[in-house]
Amino acid sequence: MLRKIERDYARFRDIIQGHIQKEFRKYIARGELIGRQGKYVISIPIKRIRVPVFRFKDLDKVGVGQGEGQVGQAVGQGPKVPGQGQGAGDLPGEHMLEVEFTIEELAGIMEQELGLPRIQPKGRDLIEAPHHRYTSVTKTGPESLRNFKRTYKQALKREMAGGTYDAARPVVVPVREDRRYRFWRLKEVPQDNAVVIYMMDVSGSMADEQKEIVRTEAFWIDTWLKSQYKKVETCYLVHDAVAWEVDRDTFFRIRESGGTKISSAYELALQTIRHRYDPQQWNVYGFHFSDGDNWGQEDTRRCVEHLRGEILPAVNLFCYGQVKSAYGSGQFKRDLDEEFRGDERLVTSEIKDRMGIYDSIKDFLGRGR
Amino acid sequence: MPKKPVRSDAPPALYDAIDVEQARRMQAEILAAVRSYGLDPFTTVFEMIDFDEMNEVVSYGGFPNRYPHWRFGMEFESIRKSYAYGLHKIYELVINNDPCYAYLLKSNSAIEQKIVMAHVYGHSDFFKNNLWYEPTNRRMLDEMANHGARIKALMDRHGIDAVENFLDTALSVENLIDVHSMYVPQARPKPKFDDAGEEAAPAAEVPRLTATHRYMEKFINPPDYVEQQKRKLETQRIEQAKRFPESPVRDVLLFLAEHAPLPTWQREALSMIREEAYYLAPQHLTKIMNEGWAAFWHSKILTEKALRDDEMVDYADINAGVLGGGAAMNPYKLGLELFRDVESRWGRAKLFEVRRVHSDVTFVDNFLTEEFCERHQFFLYRYNPQRGVYEIASREFPVIKRTMLFKLTNMGQPRLEVVDADFRGKQGLLLRHLHDGVDLEVDEAKDTLAAVFKVWQRPVHAWTVVEGQHRLLSFDGHEHKEANITDKGP
Repeated sequence: MLRKIERDYARFRDIIQGHIQKEFRKYIARGELIGRQGKYVISIPIKRIRVPVFRFKDLDKVGVGQGEGQVGQAVGQGPKVPGQGQGAGDLPGEHMLEVEFTIEELAGIMEQELGLPRIQPKGRDLIEAPHHRYTSVTKTGPESLRNFKRTYKQALKREMAGGTYDAARPVVVPVREDRRYRFWRLKEVPQDNAVVIYMMDVSGSMADEQKEIVRTEAFWIDTWLKSQYKKVETCYLVHDAVAWEVDRDTFFRIRESGGTKISSAYELALQTIRHRYDPQQWNVYGFHFSDGDNWGQEDTRRCVEHLRGEILPAVNLFCYGQVKSAYGSGQFKRDLDEEFRGDERLVTSEIKDRMGIYDSIKDFLGRGR
Repeated sequence: MPKKPVRSDAPPALYDAIDVEQARRMQAEILAAVRSYGLDPFTTVFEMIDFDEMNEVVSYGGFPNRYPHWRFGMEFESIRKSYAYGLHKIYELVINNDPCYAYLLKSNSAIEQKIVMAHVYGHSDFFKNNLWYEPTNRRMLDEMANHGARIKALMDRHGIDAVENFLDTALSVENLIDVHSMYVPQARPKPKFDDAGEEAAPAAEVPRLTATHRYMEKFINPPDYVEQQKRKLETQRIEQAKRFPESPVRDVLLFLAEHAPLPTWQREALSMIREEAYYLAPQHLTKIMNEGWAAFWHSKILTEKALRDDEMVDYADINAGVLGGGAAMNPYKLGLELFRDVESRWGRAKLFEVRRVHSDVTFVDNFLTEEFCERHQFFLYRYNPQRGVYEIASREFPVIKRTMLFKLTNMGQPRLEVVDADFRGKQGLLLRHLHDGVDLEVDEAKDTLAAVFKVWQRPVHAWTVVEGQHRLLSFDGHEHKEANITDKGP
């Protein structure tokens, strides 16, 4: 039976969802959603909804307490800052509530608010037909597929249960019912799989704020792609003058101080695709973030060659996000735009600040590729 | 390890949940103790429910058949979380109804149930005997279910969104009631366009001094003075008749339900919200007393009668949890200590008298003494935005008591009244905030005004004071306006 409260709860969720939808630009810029994601759900801290009433100003900022202490001594935390967990003290704070959303629900909001088209996974027909694997066991089958070990085990069980087994003379004779045969199962093929290769410039000019923007942006990109594919793998590459692969955690924390050679990252991405993610089998996505400074036009030329030669033909989409920093000249985006004008496979976007995340996600994912 | 089957006539083991039979025996035992102290509770029905049911019932404020509304769903979410994370534990829930209903959490241990039962009987006695509860509907459980059924029917008819939106609007004005009107015979404002009266009203009688001798009459009540007074009263009456309402109305909710141009179903929904607000008001008026009374009696009953020796430590542990707390004042504790103080100063008879006639405001005003305040180390805290913490602001008795009383006055809600329902000749509604030292939250007041507009459907205004300056907040359905006015009003 559906309990009565479930209905009210569903209404409440509808309202929250509408609220998030309305304020999506603000929510999308908030970093604190990340780190609260489980495997299937993401919990979003929201303010409790109150109907407005005539009330006194700051009434809960004053009150009567009980206990020891001198005048001026602190007795409780102020309004809780979302994302910092429970503060000590039990005096009134900002009333927050965490509501869980599934990836699908969030993606649904993204779809509506950003107007994102659903992705048509490429190359279903390119991918090989599913084939058989013998992973299962049945009671009937051809003798050529008899599983001897299982059959004997079964016979042994039967004899022990029936009390005819003699440990002094351990002879086990299988009868017809004991026979077990190997049987095949269809192997699932990775036709709807995607891999996202994130690349980030970690040279000195990318400060914490820029990385935070990348982190937030990567979160939404992940959410969207996860909702579109059965399986999404991610892969993180960082670079300054050289590139190397790191895990997710390191990706957002690492800080180096060297120069910047973007081509190093593109080379590594290319190798990763070649060795691990056959474009015939995978929908490949590349996302590269930097502040737009590259080490000379020479290196930029090499980047363009890599992109044109092998990367773009291999990927569904390649996105370059240029995060504005105090030091970046922003030249790299201009170069790419010039070289690849009108190319569907490459998107560039400039992210000025947190509020720019909304538009750049729209730029990146708006093509439905 | 499998649980040993418990013989139902054996005393329940300390930490085990109890079954219905055991609960019944326990209830009889507690009730005997309750009566032996002269308490006089309603017949009380305990329902044993599980964790999920408890969360649901608590979300509905104890009324499982309440009308559907999203905020109960929100409550549910937050209660479920905080309970599941062990942030707080719900011990009991009791409804002011005859018979009184209380919910017990099935999984609570025997000793917990014992405390809860004694505590519930304390509430039940308070509901029945405190005079402030006298006008409340003692069949509210049924009434709430009726409201629920009615709102559902309205939803079927007018659509869920329409009804829920209107309920949201109604809840915005829910606190604009006149609590004290419950305790006086209703003096309702007369509708302006009521054609039965107007001219028929008798001319005002000028009060005269009594002359012991007839010849003294014209000296004691000089005719031209009487005449002058008569004219004055007459003009006053005419002036008043021009105004609508004739005198300010504190029960704004009633005024709206009667005079706003609403379709019948909305009028009905508004009246339901109002009825529930009045039903719940006494509980807001007596929070400290009600909880204090229940805590006072559960401790007495348990320590003097109902507790076995081996339960003592667990009892003390649970009790400390209920009566303890951090720096914020615990109403259970304050009420309990005040009652103990009253008993030690004047004896048991006075205790029962206090429980009969007082509400929180008068209770605290009469019995919170400086000495008591010092003994319990009360202090005033205030938020310090620079440090981002609450800090102790004062330990001076008058300040502490004043703050406490202010928070209790009118249930901590600002008082507003309808001053004029034909404001500026456009049937605008003018509400006046009876400012008593603390400003309104202005942004929220504007949102609330927008809700009032939805009900009144013509321009609405609120006269308030912001930082010492009289202000008029207005909303005409399109935009908000604010203007400075004099203290004479707009």
